[in-house]
Amino acid sequence: MSYPTAKEQPNVYDEHPELQESATWTRQVIHEIQRAATEGIYSIRGGGAKRKVPHFDDLLFLGSSMSRYPLEGYREKCETDVTLGTRFAKKPLHLDIPITIAGMSFGALSAQAKDALGKGAAAMGTTTTTGDGGMTEEERASSKTLVLQMLPSRYGMNPDDLRKADAIEVVCGQGAKPGGGGMLLGQKISDRVAQMRTLPKGIDQRSACRHPDWTGPDDLEIKIAEIREITDWEKPIYVKVGATRTKYDVQLACKAGADVIVVDGMQGGTAATQDVFMEHVGIPTLPAVRIAVEALQGMGMHRKVQLIVSGGIRNGADVAKCMALGADAVAIGMAALFALGCNSPKYDKEYRKLGSAAGYYDAYHIGQCPAGISTQDPELAKRFDVELGGRRIKNLLKTMVLEAQTLARACGKSHLHNLEPEDLVALTLEAAAMAKVPLAGTDWYPGKGSF
Amino acid sequence: MNTIDLDKSEIRELNSMLHSIDGKSGDTSFLVINPKGKHNIAVGVDAEVDITIDGHAGHYVGGMNKYANITVTGNAGAGLAENIMSGVVRVKGNSSQYTGATGRGGLIVVEGDAAARCGISMKGVDIVVGGNVGHMCAFLGQLGNVVVCGDAGDAFGDSIFELNLFIQGKVKSLGTDCEEKEMDPEKLALLTELLDKAEIKADPKKFKVYGPARTLYNFKIDNAVL
Repeated sequence: MSYPTAKEQPNVYDEHPELQESATWTRQVIHEIQRAATEGIYSIRGGGAKRKVPHFDDLLFLGSSMSRYPLEGYREKCETDVTLGTRFAKKPLHLDIPITIAGMSFGALSAQAKDALGKGAAAMGTTTTTGDGGMTEEERASSKTLVLQMLPSRYGMNPDDLRKADAIEVVCGQGAKPGGGGMLLGQKISDRVAQMRTLPKGIDQRSACRHPDWTGPDDLEIKIAEIREITDWEKPIYVKVGATRTKYDVQLACKAGADVIVVDGMQGGTAATQDVFMEHVGIPTLPAVRIAVEALQGMGMHRKVQLIVSGGIRNGADVAKCMALGADAVAIGMAALFALGCNSPKYDKEYRKLGSAAGYYDAYHIGQCPAGISTQDPELAKRFDVELGGRRIKNLLKTMVLEAQTLARACGKSHLHNLEPEDLVALTLEAAAMAKVPLAGTDWYPGKGSF
Repeated sequence: MNTIDLDKSEIRELNSMLHSIDGKSGDTSFLVINPKGKHNIAVGVDAEVDITIDGHAGHYVGGMNKYANITVTGNAGAGLAENIMSGVVRVKGNSSQYTGATGRGGLIVVEGDAAARCGISMKGVDIVVGGNVGHMCAFLGQLGNVVVCGDAGDAFGDSIFELNLFIQGKVKSLGTDCEEKEMDPEKLALLTELLDKAEIKADPKKFKVYGPARTLYNFKIDNAVL
């Protein structure tokens, strides 16, 4: 049942100006209660937290003027490269840009979409990451530099793929659901997915949330050593956490021997999890970046163990602000999907047939994506143009880098890494407190001395 | 026979040597002495060789093993032969937690006891335990067979998918979605074959078999529409 449409019941509020929606019992809340009463199970969807949280828009850069001078946009260098895995790996990764493609599974996404992500990333000299389904031949072929995730589920895990990968990412959690395992509903468990994940076809798959063969950070140290031994110390080993108790997680990951640490804030996306998980667990990316950097600095390991941050990175401004706060690189997930065509107005008619609309579609878990991205349906996946998708990823990455360079040059920085917290001010008390960046026009943030 | 003394050599040297076996030099037997519980012994081996570890091994011995025949004469630590692809890993003593975790093929034999979570998340490996297993045996296991000649602790076969869990002794309690199945001739033949391959003497007719009840395979939605 849905609420009467504007067509069926025009101008409700014009006719009844006394009507006031409750802030506590909004129509969405009422709808969700009635859905729960109908179905008897939590609401599952894709995407990430929808609620507004303090984010990078609440920070601004202090560009140059008299007291600082900028770099010329077209003539003076602003470099963007980053090396990941300098701590222990024989073959660290040299990326041309500090933006990587985050882990998204084959299963969540079509093989075609994974292929396009690989092509676009390769064109820009950066990495893609496998997800909770293992490595596909398509992605290994198209992605020049590929990070293989090792998740609690261990779907598709094998030593040959470990050795084919360029880096390995031990996933403890992700921002959308820190403490939760993966989820893939029956309609997306196709023959190929079932075979790769060693599962019966058509079941509602729930991955484990804890690793099967190690429990705490001391075990993790031995596990990381095992992976290094199996791969003859060649490849950087990342540890990824969803942002919660970030300070301890980063310290422990560092102590356990991680070459690179990935911190994913609560705005991070997923193809499927409980709405309640997305909206009510984790901390925003903004404080997570600052906390992670402080933790590394405290151990004397900033820049020695590289930090990648993710969770709601949308544009070059977000990239530049993460770099200014001390990250070595960022990862994008949702932004890459939108670039591929997810939620494009082109598909609005089809979204409406699915009960949604362009700009609102988040039912990635259903597997009926009209763009052919978050689906295993071969008819839908066929629609997806891999070459075009690769170009669009390249264009997005290129634009984000140009934007970040623009901001860096405006701050007088010749490398994105040279951006620093002193280049930033905050617009709100929350953002100031979370990023430890002063409120614009003051030199104060909550927790610092006096006004 | 190649002998490696872990009192004199590092784990890195051992594994590096094992990874560079090319099948041409003719070395197919290796003896590792003085393991003294070191971790990551013989991990990532990808060759048809025999490796004997004389003493106690630490965590992950035989991790991600392909083709090799590995024997530990003493006890083994946690994660014995985790993610094993093929080959045989045998422990004459006891093995610690998560024995055979996420194993995809091959055979693991523990002649003594295997601790908690034996066969956790297994994906095709066969595990034969001469003694007892602890709690949560085969938790979230997806494919393969477990044979337990002794007893099992709590939550036996919790949340399993398509596994056969054979057990001769007592089950302290069953895990979620695990139920006793009929020991039909096909299962009896499979059990006999597994015990044979494991070279463990036991009478297959004394065993019971458990499997998934399959009630957790799909989310349950009521549809109590107004």
